Amino acid sequence: MSLWKLKGVSVEHRKNTAKMAPVSMPTPNSVTIPVNMHIGAPAVPTVKVNQEVSVGDLIAAPNGFVSAPIYASISGIVKKIDTIPTSMGGTTTAITIESDGEMRVSDTVKPPVVTNLAEFIEAVKQSGIVGLGGAGFPTAVKLSVKDLSQIKAVVINGAECEPYITSDTRTMLDDAQWMEKGFKLLEKFLQVKQIVVGIEKNKPECIAKMNEIATKDPVVSVKALPSLYPQGGEKVLIYHTIGAVVEEGKLPIDAGAIVLNCTTLAYIAKYIETGMPLVSKCVTVDGSAVAEPKNVIVPIGTRLGDVFDFCGGFKEEPKKVLYGGPMMGIAVQDLDAPILKNTNAIIAMNEKDAAPRKTTPCIRCGNCVDHCPLHLNPVSIAKALHDKDCDELKKLKVNLCMECGCCSFICPTAQPLVQNHKLAKGLLRANQAKEAKK
Amino acid sequence: MSNLIVSASPHVSTNRTTRNIMLDVIIALLPATIAAGIIFGWRALAVVGITTVAAVISEYLFNLICKKEQTIGDLSAVVTGLLLGLNVPASLPLWQAALGSVMAVVVVKCLFGGIGQNFANPAIAARIFLLISFGDTMTAVVNPIWQEDMAVSSATPLGILSGQAGELPSYLDLFLGNHGGALGETCVLALLIGGIYLICRKVITWHTPVVFIGTVFVFSLLLGQDAIAQLLTGGLMIGAFFMATDYVTTPTTKWGKVIFGLGCGLITVVIRVYGGYPEGVSFSILLMNILTPYIEKWTRTKPFGGVKA
Repeated sequence: MSLWKLKGVSVEHRKNTAKMAPVSMPTPNSVTIPVNMHIGAPAVPTVKVNQEVSVGDLIAAPNGFVSAPIYASISGIVKKIDTIPTSMGGTTTAITIESDGEMRVSDTVKPPVVTNLAEFIEAVKQSGIVGLGGAGFPTAVKLSVKDLSQIKAVVINGAECEPYITSDTRTMLDDAQWMEKGFKLLEKFLQVKQIVVGIEKNKPECIAKMNEIATKDPVVSVKALPSLYPQGGEKVLIYHTIGAVVEEGKLPIDAGAIVLNCTTLAYIAKYIETGMPLVSKCVTVDGSAVAEPKNVIVPIGTRLGDVFDFCGGFKEEPKKVLYGGPMMGIAVQDLDAPILKNTNAIIAMNEKDAAPRKTTPCIRCGNCVDHCPLHLNPVSIAKALHDKDCDELKKLKVNLCMECGCCSFICPTAQPLVQNHKLAKGLLRANQAKEAKK
Repeated sequence: MSNLIVSASPHVSTNRTTRNIMLDVIIALLPATIAAGIIFGWRALAVVGITTVAAVISEYLFNLICKKEQTIGDLSAVVTGLLLGLNVPASLPLWQAALGSVMAVVVVKCLFGGIGQNFANPAIAARIFLLISFGDTMTAVVNPIWQEDMAVSSATPLGILSGQAGELPSYLDLFLGNHGGALGETCVLALLIGGIYLICRKVITWHTPVVFIGTVFVFSLLLGQDAIAQLLTGGLMIGAFFMATDYVTTPTTKWGKVIFGLGCGLITVVIRVYGGYPEGVSFSILLMNILTPYIEKWTRTKPFGGVKA
């Protein structure tokens, strides 16, 4: 077990929507579904403009092993297939479907036949499920373990350490029966002997609910984690639940662990039983500019603006809108951005919350070093980056940074530390490419 | 056209700023300043006032002349001035006090690039500058105002510990500051209150002061000194809580802070027991300031899951 706990920062929880069961929003007039909602190769559109589609129809097929299929989230007509900007700064192909208002379910939606491991993995692949905690890594790839005896434990991520977000909380409370079925699937097909559900202590109802399952199922146990961001970080979670350390350049499975987000697991169980692929998502809508914060079940591809409208619109002018929570969330350019597979929250901040901080000279207080969960040294990395010293950056292991944001959060002088780490990683990549050429 | 702000994560932050950290340090120094006023009278407050004002004006003028962004708002000059004032005798000529502040702010801090860039603690370096330049006035013994007529002692307690003639005050008098010395050093009680406030407010951690003071105690004991008196006299408390914990000039790592405190403690005792000066706190901190980059390198945190290249 872990002898000492990894560090982090105390961030105000703001779980305003924890007690709000998700509500479905009315079918939007149209959805715009990007083909790159996962890590890996973008999917390839399989539909043509003006083609009629129903909910659950395949509209883009995976392109290679690390990729995922994409399904129509509403029924209607494919209006256009074109290029849209992404919040990551690039562009992507996106398929726009205009609703016929019927939400007609496709004939292709039927429960898959699953009797062995290969069929189980194939089913997960067909479901289009990707890591719903936010990373968007294709789940089938994660479950494709060469040797099942490598798996010492499956860690279920119910930490939900980001402020505001409660969609995983609602999964654990409302979809507990699906999670229970998910546990059984893992035990049956992956021969998992230990399942640990890691949940931050600020969610006692979730811990109680999961403990109910654990008392019935000896494989399952619940680990209450400190309410300290970032408990949900993969390496932090593995260390705090099963005490294993994922070494540099290795995957969790090398440390004997597979980590699945709790919502991901519930969706797998739902797909196996109903055959309905990943076409909608529970999204927490919150933030200081939102009139009525809610948990909303949203068809994938819905405009953020439409979701905010469903939540009573804005009580103040939004100045910053995020995919995800405020610690690691990505700011979007405009409200036309669509809900993605891995969107678990959208946050709209008012002017006060969005106001940029003024950076003042570093006073070497050491808070960034003290609070880094992975024991990195942001103040030294900043200096090495300034000197463009690649050897030093490698020694400082900047590549291990998970960009959780603790250092920037805690910095009294508002140094752009996370940005430094991103730039440093980019510099190392460029340097490596240059050396490879030589 | 959208008017949304796009920026990198994180999108929330602590409400701590350099300014409010410095404000906490100023608050923590208030008990000692008030104690100085009670013990040494208005002259003490005049000295502290002049060092503080001179420090702020120096930084203001330096930035103005060098066309740099004005930084006096971060209050670090106030802290430097206040600390310097508390480190000199109440009888120090005011022009010397002011000169000390100019030295601290302009030479030690601003010329090295301003806040965050100096390698030595400005108040410490300026105190040593004054000590070397104005030996007589800097080592003048000033007694508490209620002892003025009594000619109780012609040496500070630390001087007596170093072998000068006189009778050592009781531990209680030492603790409360009822004796001669630099104006902010004497009242251990007031300094402890300030130090504990800083630890509670998480401005500093316990590592440096506890190790510093602990080392002085143990090492004095080993050398057969009156270890308790060693703790209660001289600049140890103000040094350990307020100067050896300066962010800029001390290590950022936990173990670095421990080594820093240990080094300060050892050097302090060596100077006190064997050196030519009765007090070694300032010198020990200055010497350790110089070693800080090395200590920091030795004690660098080991990345979690990192593999040696």
